[in-house]
Amino acid sequence: MNNISRRRFIQWLGATSALGALGAPSLAFSGSKARIVVVGGGFGGATCAKYLKRFDPSLDVTLIEQDRQFYTCPFSNTVLGGLHDMDFIRHDYDKLQSKHRITLIQDKASTLDPVKQTLRTTAGRVLSYDRLVLSPGIDFRWNAIEGYDPAASTIMPHAWKAGEQTRLLRRQLREMRDGGVVVIAPPANPFRCPPGPYERASMIAHYLKQHKPRSKVLILDAKDHFSKQTLFQDAWDEFYPDIIEWVPGSQDGKVTAVDPKRMTVMAGDEKIKADVANIIPPQLAGDIAHRSGLTNDKGWCPVNQKTFESTIYKNVHVIGDASIAGKMPKSGFAASSQGKVCAAEIVAALHGDTVGTSSWVNTCYSLITPDYGISVAAVYRLGDEGIVGVKGAGGVGPRDAPRSTRRMEAIYAEGWYQSIMADIFG
Amino acid sequence: MKQKSCITLAALTTTAALLLPGTTLATDYRPAMLANPCAGCHGPDGDSPGAIPSLKGLSADEIASSMKAYKADRRKGTVMNRIAKGYTDEEIDLMASYFARKP
Repeated sequence: MNNISRRRFIQWLGATSALGALGAPSLAFSGSKARIVVVGGGFGGATCAKYLKRFDPSLDVTLIEQDRQFYTCPFSNTVLGGLHDMDFIRHDYDKLQSKHRITLIQDKASTLDPVKQTLRTTAGRVLSYDRLVLSPGIDFRWNAIEGYDPAASTIMPHAWKAGEQTRLLRRQLREMRDGGVVVIAPPANPFRCPPGPYERASMIAHYLKQHKPRSKVLILDAKDHFSKQTLFQDAWDEFYPDIIEWVPGSQDGKVTAVDPKRMTVMAGDEKIKADVANIIPPQLAGDIAHRSGLTNDKGWCPVNQKTFESTIYKNVHVIGDASIAGKMPKSGFAASSQGKVCAAEIVAALHGDTVGTSSWVNTCYSLITPDYGISVAAVYRLGDEGIVGVKGAGGVGPRDAPRSTRRMEAIYAEGWYQSIMADIFG
Repeated sequence: MKQKSCITLAALTTTAALLLPGTTLATDYRPAMLANPCAGCHGPDGDSPGAIPSLKGLSADEIASSMKAYKADRRKGTVMNRIAKGYTDEEIDLMASYFARKP
């Protein structure tokens, strides 16, 4: 017997004795199909719903999503840069329903009862579940930056949830005068898509360089360090030396207040006038998660690092940006990878089975120009203190990589997008 | 020893099947758990719709030898040198067979 089949055998023995102890199959859904409700049709939730059906087609899987279509944050910066239009980042749920037999309910989760195992929706539906998967993404900490509330975001867009906000920011960039100042204000860690603000600066600079070359992109950062920093800064020096300026937190970069009427932002003692202000506020787990008491004092959801089951409520799993997933970043790729692992863990548990190996990946491309891409990657495993990257693997690409590598990574960035969209929605 | 284990396993399986209708032998999730994240770049079941090379149609040997070459930096890629180092050779073989089995 080789290692693999021995492991299977041992797993199987474990499962059998658990069944034996109860004298009957301990399948939670004995006699009827197990019902899994997934909330949130983004990278995490849509992947999890699809992979639940892949692992066990007999499951009753319901996906609750408030929007008819999904606009991805990944590649929304290319819309701002003029490389793609909004249709490129729009996806629908047709195949999840027709091909994968997932029940889609267009509605919003409103109240969780973890004891009765029911979820109430805004439209008044009450859904009971054997397992609930929440992939609610992020919410914003309104007024953490003084004056930045939902109304302010219609003048100074965050564009950190794609869709209308992306359209608004793009329109503002198109309407801006040549010689204008675009302020981008990224938050402190942790937040959704760590390299995102810097790719955004690059893509906006790409647009300005062609159409409004006297303009500036001023990054007023709450932090002193950011993802892929060296690679970004090297490329900015090469492509956008007179356009992009980055001000770190320690040099009064942190935006503390905004005045949307006057289009000014406060950073340190300085009041800065912006023509376009992209304020990315501090974040917390999406609405349903923090309203249901699934978050810790920092606003994120603690979960079992193997199964993504909430450490607060049984049979409720939280994946994606809302969860605390060890060293994994809050990225679309990470959320999708977690969706697959969570699906396997749920199916295994329902069958009285165990998943022997836990393995996740994150690969994240950023575009600096349409022909110049950079990447960061990691393979993750379960360590003693949670999910950690495998030592000696992953990291950012080499600083001295030849131009051909940058070009390939720009091509692969687009290839990645096509692949992961097919993997999730196809 | 090897044979004996297999016979015991077979016997237990039969008994279990009789006792527990509807239950099957535990699924080995390991190859899928290792291989599933690959789809994020290489497409569903390794069938890439875009610029990233497909794994579909490659033999297990081709996939495994590529991965091992990336891992040892004998082959120069972009991101794959960094990713391949995250797996043992045994895991690479498991993933390679997993993709090669896909229709």
